[in-house]
Amino acid sequence: MNRLLDTIFHNTTRFFAISVLMVLAALFFVLFNEAKPAIDAFGLQFITNSKWAPNMDIFGGYPAIYGSIISTIIAMLIATPVAIGIAIFLSELAPPWIATIVGMAIELLAAIPSIIYGMWGLFYLAPILRDIWGGNGLGLATAGFVLSIMILPFMAAITRDAMKTTPPILKESAYGMGATRWEVLKDVVIPYVKSGIIGSIILALGRAIGETMAVTFVMGNSHKIPDSIFKPATSIPVTLANEFTEADTDLYYSSLFYLALILLVISFTVIAIAKFWFLRNLQEQRV
Amino acid sequence: MTRQERRILLNNIIMFLSSAAAIAGMLFLFWIIGVLIYKGFTALNLDIFTYDMAPPGREESGLRNALVGQLMLVLGASLIGVPIGVLAGTYLSEYGGKKGRLARLIRDISDIMMSTPSIVIGAFIYALLVEPFGHFSGWAGIAALAVMMVPIVLRTTDDMLQLVPGSLREAAIALGAPKYKMILQVVYRGAKTGMLTGILLSIARIAGETAPLLFTSFSNNFFSTDLNQPIASLTVTMFNYATSPYDDWINQGWAAALILALFVLGANIIGRIIIRTKKGDR
Repeated sequence: MNRLLDTIFHNTTRFFAISVLMVLAALFFVLFNEAKPAIDAFGLQFITNSKWAPNMDIFGGYPAIYGSIISTIIAMLIATPVAIGIAIFLSELAPPWIATIVGMAIELLAAIPSIIYGMWGLFYLAPILRDIWGGNGLGLATAGFVLSIMILPFMAAITRDAMKTTPPILKESAYGMGATRWEVLKDVVIPYVKSGIIGSIILALGRAIGETMAVTFVMGNSHKIPDSIFKPATSIPVTLANEFTEADTDLYYSSLFYLALILLVISFTVIAIAKFWFLRNLQEQRV
Repeated sequence: MTRQERRILLNNIIMFLSSAAAIAGMLFLFWIIGVLIYKGFTALNLDIFTYDMAPPGREESGLRNALVGQLMLVLGASLIGVPIGVLAGTYLSEYGGKKGRLARLIRDISDIMMSTPSIVIGAFIYALLVEPFGHFSGWAGIAALAVMMVPIVLRTTDDMLQLVPGSLREAAIALGAPKYKMILQVVYRGAKTGMLTGILLSIARIAGETAPLLFTSFSNNFFSTDLNQPIASLTVTMFNYATSPYDDWINQGWAAALILALFVLGANIIGRIIIRTKKGDR
């Protein structure tokens, strides 16, 4: 009896564990299957074709892919130095009680739903940027800025965790030799945790590129390639969020799945690189 | 300037810059929180909880149906996602082993699944559960959230069970307990607090998701508890209201944002307190 129950329990747990693999396989399969008509119709040229004209049944993914990549680059350019600054501040400069409070605040901020960042971007940031840069305040720059603020807490928290893994004895020996704080950072801490920091940055990048709600409001939703980052544009998640329920032809619908598949492949690759290349040794678990 | 002065100057410049970065970053984040609290509390009143969503301009309008829908979606996703995640995590920790090939593969895949764009999961569920049936439904929303939840619960369960000392397991086995009983009565009990925190955090995480619900549970202007039909949620309502041109809708959107943020932060803070008190016990 016990042996039977044992077998049942073992197999039940194994079934559910394997179901995770099956869901991932199904994810790729279903997206590919739904995207098949568009893949057949446009092939790989879909990626470089910049014409998105639902009324003529012509679909090109380039504007969305371009928007995703550029807005993510802008976000990373802003967020990376600031996040590293915060991490240095928290791990090297701040007195312990400030580091505890700010550290906790940052972790909580990382939990705020991204749609709230999007609402702030639409109602508070966009009007200010409109006054500075003209136009309607929506576009890649605004989206990149909101994204950078959204990933900042996450990035700062994991960069700080990575920096904390430096053995204190290494830092103390450098201080003992008369090194300044900056020299300790540059020559001891950063070399020691380099791959952890790079991994954290790429992980944040993976989050930014697939983020929908923080950017949907502020992207402006235009399928033309903008001639400036201050003009309305689109990105893959934004296109999906805005047009999925409007797709009235099979090819339209299928093209949206093609975009979703491209997004899945990009984010899968980015996250896999971060996890397996850089974070292998940094056994960090973060919900 | 001597070499030493130069070194100190450089050090001070860099330290100033990183403090400035920290302060600037924190200012932006506090700005957002300030806006959320101010706009949210201004718009929050009892009507929000007692009336359903209504066309703009109507006096008696609230978010009752969205709140109920949100609770049903999150609860439903938890009822499906938590048991699956816990059992799968149990396999990894208790049967798969730390170095086991299958267990490591599943851990890696879950890590990747955790960061998969949520809108892609929405599209996936749309193709599976909305398109074949021809209409949006609460069940599809629950399925999308559950798919996101399982990898999170799985990883925390796995981590927490591995913290239980092996000697406890050996003691139970030595007393003649079958393995499943050892897991259910000894290992789970030892990892109780950690698992609870993990589950709480995973609920908080999916509760704030909008993208997977946009085209699964969709939205519903009327009060409904029928999961076979489209169902309103706070997050999708926020999305619809924030993009509307009506001031009272936008304000209600902020009220929804505040309620959601309070729920998510509350769950996070409670989770942290549970873990902390447990550490204090040791």
